[in-house]
Amino acid sequence: MSTDIGAWAVPVAILGGAIRVSTPFLFVSLGEVLTERSGRINLGLEGTLVFGAMSGYAVAYLSGSAWLGVLAAALAGTLFGLLHGLICSLPKVNDIAVGISLMLLGTGLAFFFGTAFVQPVAPHLPSIPLGWWSDIPQLQAALRVNVLFLIGIVLALLLAWMLKTTRVGLILRVVGDSTDAARAMGLRPNLIRIAATATGGAFAGVGGAYLSLFYPGSWSEGISSGQGLMAVALVIFARWDPIKAFWAALLFGGAGALGPALQSVGIAKGYYLYYAAPYVLTLGVLIATSSPNRATTGAPGELSITK
Amino acid sequence: MAEQSVTMAPGTGGRRTEWLAPLARRAEGVVLPVAALIAGFALFALFLLMLGKSPVDFYELVYKAGFGTAFSWQNTLSRAAPLLFAALCVALPARLGLVVIGGEGAIVLGGTATGALGVCLAGTPGVVGLPLMALGGALTGALWIGAVGALRHYRGVNETIASLLMAYIGIALMNFLVEGPLRDPASLNKPSTAPLPRSLQVGDIPGMDVHWGLIVALVCCVLTWVLIERTSWGFAARIAGGNVRAAQVQGLPVGRLIVGFTALGGAFAGLAGFYEVAAVQGSANASLAAGYGYTGILIAFLARQNPLAIIPVAILLAGFEASSGLVQRRMDLPDATILVLKAVVFVVILVSDTLYGRFRLFSPERWRTR
Repeated sequence: MSTDIGAWAVPVAILGGAIRVSTPFLFVSLGEVLTERSGRINLGLEGTLVFGAMSGYAVAYLSGSAWLGVLAAALAGTLFGLLHGLICSLPKVNDIAVGISLMLLGTGLAFFFGTAFVQPVAPHLPSIPLGWWSDIPQLQAALRVNVLFLIGIVLALLLAWMLKTTRVGLILRVVGDSTDAARAMGLRPNLIRIAATATGGAFAGVGGAYLSLFYPGSWSEGISSGQGLMAVALVIFARWDPIKAFWAALLFGGAGALGPALQSVGIAKGYYLYYAAPYVLTLGVLIATSSPNRATTGAPGELSITK
Repeated sequence: MAEQSVTMAPGTGGRRTEWLAPLARRAEGVVLPVAALIAGFALFALFLLMLGKSPVDFYELVYKAGFGTAFSWQNTLSRAAPLLFAALCVALPARLGLVVIGGEGAIVLGGTATGALGVCLAGTPGVVGLPLMALGGALTGALWIGAVGALRHYRGVNETIASLLMAYIGIALMNFLVEGPLRDPASLNKPSTAPLPRSLQVGDIPGMDVHWGLIVALVCCVLTWVLIERTSWGFAARIAGGNVRAAQVQGLPVGRLIVGFTALGGAFAGLAGFYEVAAVQGSANASLAAGYGYTGILIAFLARQNPLAIIPVAILLAGFEASSGLVQRRMDLPDATILVLKAVVFVVILVSDTLYGRFRLFSPERWRTR
């Protein structure tokens, strides 16, 4: 509050908030893009996110290294993804319901083992001050960008490149669009889907580690309020495209930062309604992008959610 | 296999086990979920063993606290009422093949509407005020979940994601209303609506410490069973749930069925909110978001979406919830223990879906021929 930047405080706070809040959205939605491109939906990433947040925080606290925490969260996410992938490979099992049950399991296990880690303080992930060129403190604070956000951008670009030009990407797309065509090509759809779901889970786990190790930066039971689920909805909005998923994550992050940004300039009236903004935005986006005749453009053909 | 059973004319080569044939398929629907439930409990027992806790002590405590005495039964039964309603909110849309998981939002808003109406109706006698409050709660819930059904049918919005998002929106709306326009200035550390007058509170069933919501919920379960198993509406819904195109070709009003079934489910969830406010809390506040909606999902899946089976399953789960506090204190376990147990059982139940039709024991043909 040393320099008065007047009405600019709100957009600057939203920009900074968007960068801070969007990272978990980005990781979960990239993981979900990968999973859904293989023809599976994993609704349980909310649970993976929460468990990733807890395990990442716990390992970072016990080992003293935030990056070991990120690794642990990725590993935990892989296990959850693997479990989801294996269960969904059984015939006659409803993948949406399995996602809901794993959402409960992830959250439940995180709360169960997390009680011991509510108090201790774990090391934080480092951030890079990209606002050095400006002498406005608010802008400097807004542009203090976490390394994971930058890794997320690189991952989005890599994923887009992989899907478009590599052999692995082609295999993933074939499996996602037609199980029969994949079988005819001699591929094993279930195996590929399990691998895609496990990798997607790892991404979501890292998103969770960001929550507990950077922003908000501590472990508590209320650490995620549906970010994992919103990220799944965001994938539909982004039309299963990693680059669009990045922009969508920024938009959602901005919506999530709206409440705190307005509060920071003294508008506190009805702030519970601003907290609903990301959910309302997600729902609005879902309504706008869905279509009653189910032929959603860009959707993988084998996806149960759009069939 | 079907041909074989046709050639077996009754009386000619009838076997002594023939009477078992119609029971076989039904037995499958009972034996497999019970087996999965037991497997889930066993898996959780393993989990406890790995942590060095005694599963025997755990289940004994759960039994004692949930079903051991008359007092614990009353505690369990009063928790069962909202769970029954919440499970119906999942089972009704499931008939149409929809997975609606946002009953929590309808419960919370139904309760908020009840609290708000209670303030407006203060001074009216209970015979007038209570039905109006119940209607308000049910209508709010019906609108909330009915909107999910309408979005699904008319806009193609995925109902699972939409309903959960709306649950978050509903909880935010309740917090806003209870902390803002509807707040009773006298409620200091726990913002609430004004307490309901005595005349606008739901009493207990005579001779028990359980409110009337339990009886109403049980009646609703039976009526829902009649609706979906014994009426043409329920039959039409099953056809629409199996194949939307076929139902539309048949001229069935698919849109009205979807909106109607989701709205009815939402109305039940709204009633759960009504009883939570009018019979338990006495005012609307953040305690409404107690997770009944989420436990309802598990109950409906355990009961295989059958409204009659929901009754015993809801009572069982209510017993688990009732035992939560005692288990925590006696065994020094975190309060998420019961949540983990529920999740493990949920996963195992869904995995067991793959076993249906695998056992010849449950095939009607096995009992007719051989």
